[in-house]
Amino acid sequence: MTAIPYDKDYASELIARHGARPEMLVQILHTFLERFAWIPEVAIRQLAEELNLSRADVHGVVSFYHDFRTTPPGKHVVRICQAEACQAMGSNSLSAHAESVLGLKMHESTDDVTLEPVYCLGNCACSPAVMVDGDTFGRVDNRRFDDIVDAMKGTD
Amino acid sequence: MATIKVYVPRETAAISVGANEVASEMERRAEQAGEEIQLIRNGSWGASWLEPMVEVEVGDSRIAYGNVTTGDVAGLFEAGFLEGGEHPLRLGPTREIPYLANQDRWSFFRCGLIDPLSVENFQEHKGFTGLEKALADGPESVLSAVLKSGLRGRGGAAFPTGIKWRTVADAEADQKYITCNGDEGDSGTFSDRILMEGDPMSLFEGMAIAGYAVGASKGYIYLRSEYPITYKILQEALDNSRSAGWLGENIRGSGFDFDIDVHLGAGAYICGEETAMLESLEGKKGIIRYRPPLPAHEGLFGKPTVVNNVVTLASVPDIINLGGECYAEYGVGRSKGTLAFQLAGNIKRGGLVEKAFGVTLRELIEDWGGGTASGRPVRAVQVGGPLGAYLTADQLDIPMDYEAFSAIGAIVGHGGIVVFDDSVDMAAQARFAMEFCAIESCGKCTPCRIGSTRGVEVIDRIVAGMDREKNYNLLVELCDTMEDASLCAMGTMTPYPVRSVIKHFAEDFGAEEVEERVNE
Repeated sequence: MTAIPYDKDYASELIARHGARPEMLVQILHTFLERFAWIPEVAIRQLAEELNLSRADVHGVVSFYHDFRTTPPGKHVVRICQAEACQAMGSNSLSAHAESVLGLKMHESTDDVTLEPVYCLGNCACSPAVMVDGDTFGRVDNRRFDDIVDAMKGTD
Repeated sequence: MATIKVYVPRETAAISVGANEVASEMERRAEQAGEEIQLIRNGSWGASWLEPMVEVEVGDSRIAYGNVTTGDVAGLFEAGFLEGGEHPLRLGPTREIPYLANQDRWSFFRCGLIDPLSVENFQEHKGFTGLEKALADGPESVLSAVLKSGLRGRGGAAFPTGIKWRTVADAEADQKYITCNGDEGDSGTFSDRILMEGDPMSLFEGMAIAGYAVGASKGYIYLRSEYPITYKILQEALDNSRSAGWLGENIRGSGFDFDIDVHLGAGAYICGEETAMLESLEGKKGIIRYRPPLPAHEGLFGKPTVVNNVVTLASVPDIINLGGECYAEYGVGRSKGTLAFQLAGNIKRGGLVEKAFGVTLRELIEDWGGGTASGRPVRAVQVGGPLGAYLTADQLDIPMDYEAFSAIGAIVGHGGIVVFDDSVDMAAQARFAMEFCAIESCGKCTPCRIGSTRGVEVIDRIVAGMDREKNYNLLVELCDTMEDASLCAMGTMTPYPVRSVIKHFAEDFGAEEVEERVNE
């Protein structure tokens, strides 16, 4: 699903789909991520208003969870697992390779690509693991990483 | 000619190495060859090292082919694989693959075998019979069977499930909840995922039985967001279970109502801690709660709540079917039944191995795992996730048993086993334990929030050779403080891997004086 720019009316509709209940905040934020790719400040205000929460409450939740980004990501998001099982199979050197191939450091973004660490994709028997635009890849060595990146760019 | 059944897993690990592409190629080639096949997207049997593992039904058995790529499909058709023909990738009948044949499959016996989305297929293999029996026997009988089974929480804390359920059953409230903790965040673990993807209805059945036993009509599965495929499978399986009348109002005319929602986490490891998970389910920050009150008394939305791990709940239907005593016959000491061990990291044959407690770590790593993937010697093994101790190559004869691990300052946890070869830098692993805690701490208590950051700094100073003796003592003291004064397992157990490195791998801190101290 291609992300669209933040739209207040549409956001309102998404909130209503979750019953506009405050206990659904985390789930609503996921829906926002799926549709808008990130959580802008205006979304935080709107959520506070429509769920009858304080802005501090909503901001607290948004900033607590790693998933809820508050800046726009690149067109593609590349996440490289940094947890122990992947470390044991060379995720550190894979990460260094990814940084050099993409010309980015971890946590950095261009319009095209965002590069992020992730702590476990649950694919630990096929380490090292990488997630690209929500798809998980296993047994990723440098060459396979390059192929994955080529395929990713091919979808543009 | 009859339609031939071909199985290609729809499971994260298999898909991560090309199962979807193999499935499409199978269909394309079959059409080209004019063969009628029924492609079934089963779960994984758990032999992840063989994925994508394709099976074809031939007579009464299923013939497996391992590590199939799209490029192999044409050759497989030429070799007559639809009749189970010879081919270099042929593994023989699935049931006879030693990795699978030598397991004690209790909770995972349907994983790989069935179509996870088919209620009918689930019922052909005893599905929902546990719930039917529970509804016939009554709640007291369920509570007693679970207590007798000796089943302990499989999430890591190993609390007796029967006692937890009894507490919630005895609590007076207008509403109670069953919550399933599917926030499987420990590195090296994936058993919850394999179960939810391969046999999701067994989890629903276990939750419904729990709901019936304690008087709850509502269940939640809290699933980590790193599992998008699992999420889709759960949703589809829930829809099918509801349509068949196994969830919802008045289940199969019993008068018992029970339904389940799936909620996603959002990338916070701490939400695997039960009270943080409850906060997150309420739409809040995943900050842990003080205990007491226990969730069994005041849990989700302040109501009595069962919080159980995925595998714990999925183990229940067969405990009801076969009786608690039968389950308790497996295992050793107070570690009853089986655990799904997960072989991960630098290991030749990684995957899921369900065995009765008592199997040794060496048997798992060597007999099933085949040693390291790199072929180099094993140097360290982390058991039980990022909060688990590192064991040395000399400690591998330890039986997998909660009490035996506890006696050496280690944990079995959720059964994750991460193997490292001799190229590992253990000082870096100790540092990572502290760093991970600093990244993932919820921030509620000081020892965890601040201690972890100070821990990283102290380890950096030791490695850099700055005031080694002094900083070494400080690290030991910091571990004591975190362990004694943190509010939950994140802070109290982050010292476990660190201490194990201090004790067994001190040479990696690069300090002779440290080594001498340790050996005193």
